[in-house]
Order: sequence, then C-alpha cells, then structure tokens
Amino acid sequence: MTSLPTTPSPKRLGLVIDLDTCVGCHACAVSCKEWNTGGNYAPLTDLNPYGKDVDGVWLNRVHGFEVETADDNTGAYGTNGGRTVYFPRSCLHCEDAPCVTVCPTGASFKRVEDGIVLVNEDKCIGCKLCSWACPYGAREFDTDGGVMKKCTLCIDRIYNENLEEVDRQPACVNACPSKARHFGDFNDPTSKVSQLTADRGGVELMPEMGLKPTNRYLPPRPSAQVGDGADLVDAPVGANSAGGPDGPDTGFLGWIDRVLSR
Amino acid sequence: MQPAYSVIFLTTATGAGYGMLALLGVLRATGNLPDDRAFGLFALGLALALISAGLLASMAHLGRPERAWRALSQWRSSWLSREGVLAIIGYGPAVVFAFGWLVLQKNEGLWPLAGLATAVLSIATVYATSMIYRSLAAIPRWDQPLVAPVYMILALATGAIWLNAVLVPFVAGHALIQAICFATLALAWVLKIGYWRAIDSTVGTSTTASATGLEGLGPVPPQVRPLDPPHVQDNYLLKEMGFTIARKHAHKLRRLTHLLAFIVPLVLIVIQAATSGPVSVLAAALAAISVSFGVVLERWLFFAEAQHKVMLYYGADRV
Repeated sequence: MTSLPTTPSPKRLGLVIDLDTCVGCHACAVSCKEWNTGGNYAPLTDLNPYGKDVDGVWLNRVHGFEVETADDNTGAYGTNGGRTVYFPRSCLHCEDAPCVTVCPTGASFKRVEDGIVLVNEDKCIGCKLCSWACPYGAREFDTDGGVMKKCTLCIDRIYNENLEEVDRQPACVNACPSKARHFGDFNDPTSKVSQLTADRGGVELMPEMGLKPTNRYLPPRPSAQVGDGADLVDAPVGANSAGGPDGPDTGFLGWIDRVLSR
Repeated sequence: MQPAYSVIFLTTATGAGYGMLALLGVLRATGNLPDDRAFGLFALGLALALISAGLLASMAHLGRPERAWRALSQWRSSWLSREGVLAIIGYGPAVVFAFGWLVLQKNEGLWPLAGLATAVLSIATVYATSMIYRSLAAIPRWDQPLVAPVYMILALATGAIWLNAVLVPFVAGHALIQAICFATLALAWVLKIGYWRAIDSTVGTSTTASATGLEGLGPVPPQVRPLDPPHVQDNYLLKEMGFTIARKHAHKLRRLTHLLAFIVPLVLIVIQAATSGPVSVLAAALAAISVSFGVVLERWLFFAEAQHKVMLYYGADRV
C-alpha cells in the first residue's frame, strides 16, 4: 500500500551521521555497494564498469563541500576561511515520504513496524516518479532491471540472526573507520542515536520541505580560527613546556614542544 | 528535468484527444453538432486515437511495461494511479456515446448523458495528469497553482482546434466552435504567461546549506560550495534531474512557443472564420498543426525549465 502508515511506528529506525568526524573516505558507500550487490536487493547494477562511461546504482554517495561561515560580529563572509565538510547522502526514511504516496503500484512502501522505506521490486513498474518526488536524491534507477533501488537500512542485516549480533547493523555503519555513522531507534530516548541527536543538536535535512526525515546529521563542531593554534594548545604557551621557560615557543620546534607538552 | 519524449508526446496527444472528446460530448449533448455519421466517425476516431496513442506511449517510458496494470491499484494516494484509472473508466461512457451517435443516431433521453459523462471523465483525466506534476514539491517549478489550469485549458484549446479542423470540411463556419477555439486558446495564453511569470519570480526555499544540514553554522547561513564530487561520471540523478537549459535558449524557445502555440493558431482561426472553401479548410488544418507543435515545445520547456532540489547537492545554490 502506498498510503503512509496511519499509526505511528513503534520503532523509528535510522542513522545519525556525524559531519564533524566524517573524513570522506567513501568506505560507507563502498561497503553499502558491496553488501547490497549481493544481498536481498541484488544486484546493484553496474553499467560499463570498466569502460570510459561508467554508470551504476549506488545507494549512498559521499559529497565533499567547502563551507564558509560568516563572521560572528559583522555577518560578512571572507574572514573565517573555509573548511571542508564531507557529506554522505542516502535515504532518510522520511515519516511523510512523498516517494511512497506517489507510487502507483504499491511497490514503494513504508513499514509500519520500524518506519523503513522500501521498494518491492516485484511490483515496481519503473515509472521513476518516486525518484522525482524525493528532494534528497535517495533513489537511483536500475536501467538493467527496470526497477528503482534505494537504501534498505540493510534490513537483511539488522534482523539477520545468521550474523553475529555486533554485525546486525547497516553495512555503512559497520564500515565507517571514524565512527561517524550510528544506527538505532529514534523512538527510544536512551538509544545512542537519540542521545547523540540531543547532545550535539542533530538536524534534519531541508526542514523547510516538512517531510520529517528520520535520519539526523550532527553539524561540525566550531573550528579553530586559522593560525591561532587553539586546537593544539591546552596550556599557555611556554608554561610547563618541556623546554622550560627558555624553550622554543615559535616555529616548528615550538609546535613540537607544545604537542609534546599536552 | 530531462525532457522525456514519451511523456511529452503522452501529455500533448492525450491533452488534445481528451479536449476534443470533452467538447464532442458536451456539444453533441446540447445539440450543437451535426448528426453526420462520417463526421462523427472521423472526429471520435481521431480523439480516441490520440488518447490511445498517448497512453501507449506512456508505457514506453516504463522500466517494466508488462507490469503496467499494477499502476491501477493505488488511486487512494497516487495521481499517476488516478490518471490510469480515470483513463480506463473514461473509455466506458465514450464507447456508449459513440454507439449512440454512430450506430443508433440517437441524441435524446439518456444518450446525451453518455456525452456529458465522457466530457467530465476526459477533463478529470487531464486534471489527474497535471496533478502528477503539481504534487511534486521537490520540483518547485511544477508545484505551482497554474500548472493544472494550464494543462486543462490547453487540452480544451488544442482539442477545440483539432475539432474545428475536422468539422470545417463538413460544416463551413461553425461559429460556436470558432468562438470556443479562440476563447480557450486566448485564456491558455494568459495562463501560460502567468505561469512563466510565476516561475521567473519564485525564489527557491531550499539552499545547499539547508540541504546539507549546515544552515545553523554561524550567525547567518554559511556559503556551501561543492568541492569533491561523489562520482566523476554522470549518475542516474544527473541524467534524469540534472538537465539545465541556458536562459537565452529558454527565452528563444518561449518566444517560439508564443508564436506556434498561440499567435499563429489565433490568427489562423480568425482567417478560417472569415473565409470559406479551401482557404478555410487549409487555415483550420494549419492551426491544428501549429498548435500541436507549439504545445510539444511548451511541454518540452515545462521539463527543461524545471529544477529539481537534488541539484542542490550538485552545484545549484538555491532551488
């Protein structure tokens, strides 16, 4: 049924993605591709994988952005310098998922029990309307199979009793080397995802669309100003340094001194 | 949005077909059309052929056309499903209407009701088609109040002009239909100009900052620019939603649309009404051809000028 569930889901499973610690290594995207090209929703088609014009379905894409904040006092740009933010993009499993309601066949649906948005590939006619309806670009069309593909939140892992319990989470979460991805139930206030969202001010993407996405993104922590060295120094320069009061406090040696003194 | 040729053909052909069918239903029910079997066969045949060809073309756009029947199931939530259901239900009264006209030659009692029911379902189907686009909030230039009126009035206008072209050889000078042609096309022109003004002046509500959750960084939203692309070749999203048209090309094509869809047919309808014989027949036929090319262009622009919010992740800064 492509009407959305009328009762609230008892569980609201989703991801928290930490934009502060994501290093843009694409391990989540690659492990997603690896699991899902062999899992229940296989294959994730690759067209021309070794040719000049490679193309294929990925359910997770990692974008790199240059972010320039405005000056706290003047509100003008150009003084704070830029920073790089890596941004993994995948299905957010919205509560008011427009990709579900536009589906003419019932292939696109939202599970009542945990809120996961899925495509039943046996019912999909490949009209692509769901991908048009999603502002986040979460769905990619498989031209080979003629059906739509999307993130399943690794539904064939998280409930899979053949896997060790520690592995019963999405492949992207397992793969992340900087622990920037977390999986859990947002309806449980004690879950890690709920607590991270509360502690770090997790945000939803395009809140102006009102789609109530489940996944939350943790904004990058404030960065040190370029050149102030604040991220390296705990104590005033010179005090407690290995070189003593007369030790080097400038240049490369000063930097080594400060790092060793932490 | 990438202009999808099967969808452009679908909406243009079914629009003209349903517009024509609706007018045939109303005008015959109210006794404003000749009883002539040959005219009826020709007019109804053309309308139903345009509709059927358009609906078949829409199947070509599907990844799994053999499953198209499944699209009839979700009419509770999906405008695409509603379009399919209405299109199929519409054949019912249309066949009864055609039978009463072409076989029995009856137009009294309950027979006019079949014509009116055909008209209502025809317009409802065009409305459902337009709502497929209108309901997509991810594409702000489609989520506009004028989208549905433009689709419906243009369907009536193209249908009227085709009906006029078919009728002129049978009845020289049908003032009511000429008036309908002129009025609907003029109204469609006004609405289309209104639509273009609306999309030109609408400022997008989403930015790359809001799309990446970085809006709250700093006292005012930060500037967020793409640095490392996630892939080096175009993926499905860029091929399907990444189509952009240069502003100067869009303006040139808009001018051509003004000309072919509106100005030329309006002038030709006046010429047709003012003349008789072969000149009149030719003017009516040329009006129909011109408006059809014009509406194809209008639909192409409807896609080409529509921006999808996903492009915020790929370089668009506000959609």
